[in-house]
Amino acid sequence: MKITKHDVEHVARLARLRFSEDQLDLFTDQLNTILTDFDKLQQLDTTGVEPSTHAANLSNAFRDDQIRPSLAGEEALKNAPAHERSCFKVPRIIEG
Amino acid sequence: MRYETIIGLEVHAQLLTDSKIFCGCSTRFGEGPNSNTCPVCLGMPGVLPVLNRKVVELTIKAALAANCQIVRYSQFSRKNYFYPDLPKGYQISQYELPIARGGYIELEMDHGQSKKKIDLNRIHMEEDAGKLLHELDGVPADHSYVDFNRTGVPLIEIVSEPHINTPEEAGEYLRILRSMLQYLEVCDGNMEQGSFRCDANISLRPKGAPVLGTKVEIKNMNSFRNVMRALEYETGRQSSLLESGEKILQETRLWDVNQGITESMRSKEEAHDYRYFPDPDLVPLVIDDAWIDEIRSTLPELPREKKERFVKEYALPEYDAAILTATRQLADYFEECVRLGPQPKVVSNWIMGDILRHVPDTRDISQFPVTPSHLAEMLLMVDKGTISGKIAKIVFEEMVASGRMPQFIVAEKGLVQVSDEGALEKAIQEVLNANADQVEQYRQGKEKVFGFLVGQVMKATKGKANPQVVNELLKKMLAG
Ligand SMILES: [Zn+2]
Repeated sequence: MKITKHDVEHVARLARLRFSEDQLDLFTDQLNTILTDFDKLQQLDTTGVEPSTHAANLSNAFRDDQIRPSLAGEEALKNAPAHERSCFKVPRIIEG
Repeated sequence: MRYETIIGLEVHAQLLTDSKIFCGCSTRFGEGPNSNTCPVCLGMPGVLPVLNRKVVELTIKAALAANCQIVRYSQFSRKNYFYPDLPKGYQISQYELPIARGGYIELEMDHGQSKKKIDLNRIHMEEDAGKLLHELDGVPADHSYVDFNRTGVPLIEIVSEPHINTPEEAGEYLRILRSMLQYLEVCDGNMEQGSFRCDANISLRPKGAPVLGTKVEIKNMNSFRNVMRALEYETGRQSSLLESGEKILQETRLWDVNQGITESMRSKEEAHDYRYFPDPDLVPLVIDDAWIDEIRSTLPELPREKKERFVKEYALPEYDAAILTATRQLADYFEECVRLGPQPKVVSNWIMGDILRHVPDTRDISQFPVTPSHLAEMLLMVDKGTISGKIAKIVFEEMVASGRMPQFIVAEKGLVQVSDEGALEKAIQEVLNANADQVEQYRQGKEKVFGFLVGQVMKATKGKANPQVVNELLKKMLAG
């Protein structure tokens, strides 16, 4: 599989990132280099090895269903660029 | 051309936990905006979500009741998109490895005459998003406002296969699913507060055609009735488009309840590329047999089984059994009352008539002043002839008003049924004297007058006369 400049543009748009032409070329190259490295890994014989979804060899980290204090008062809004009546204020969203 | 309608439903049900899925914030509805938030559910940098064990337990419970296979190794993923109700820029959900697959919900259509299994595709866990407000004081505002209290509230998404063929089947599927989740105490099923929500996929194809038509997603339906209405409308819209040779667009449409139509939601088409990947903050979930068995042992009797048992054990009509088992609380009320002695069918009649008239939501029946023992005591008094059926209605209303036991009400108000022949003879004689014309008519063969005379006696005794004794005595005295 090869990543095209078009793929990079698409993913950048989804991530709300804007890049120059030079950057797009650079990232396309870099991403393809990374994929080449994965191709190398693919050559390993993994017969009998269970696929995993996580790097740490852990499972079932739980907490009990207990309420803990939330942020007090208007603390939650402190980083907000704008807020009003205890709500975060954002540009108007037309559709729900 | 004849078309076949193909419907699949996605239900989001809020799990009944005290705290959120990945943090200790409360899940309480109706608190002040952003008062149930913390760095974890606000998506601050550097925080670590930790899974609420109860979320997993409730999900397994629902999955077992829906006949699903529990997946032994499951994982949370990040579903990436930008929207102001999503503080992290991704929703934590399950994708390739959901906790449960398969399963089915069995529908009973035509009053139990036909059964149909609707297969499920999967059940997975996820976090809810926040709430957007577009109005201030009821007036559209020039900004939107975000309340993150809902963010991180635990949900299960129950995805059906597209095996539903009519709006009625969709309605029945939702009713059965909701009642099951309520019985399990997994979800409160409140559609107005958003704890039970439904989106639908619907497509049409010529009858018998092998491939599915283009499907349309419908959102924003906040009651069973609206789901059915929206599906009805959409079936009509799609079939007339197909009739006139036009194409169905694959899109999301919103149900407009006021206009009774669906409208295209022309937006975020590109955003359907969610770039899911396993969430590195959350370790895999491994579920063993012991845990599944432990949860299975806590499963209560489910609505269907309970209904069948009521028909058998109490010799009730299907109709009664269905109403009595609509909620676990009502079924318990009925059984507790019957356990105290009165006839099951009599109890059922009182519940379906007088009690349901007073209790709009039977899940709250434990707060009703007339408890099963109030009702049972009263019905036993009717059985023994202490009070008449007519007086029972008065006693019942008095119990509703005061919550007092029937014996006290009957004694205090002097409502005991009069069966004493001497006393009744006197009352009857007075009625006969006062209605000489009618007595004459009766003696000439106009037997309909008899009922009138009984009524007069009951009226004279303020409903307290034992009607059977009155009947006998009256016949005898008219003959003599
Ligand atoms: Zn929180």
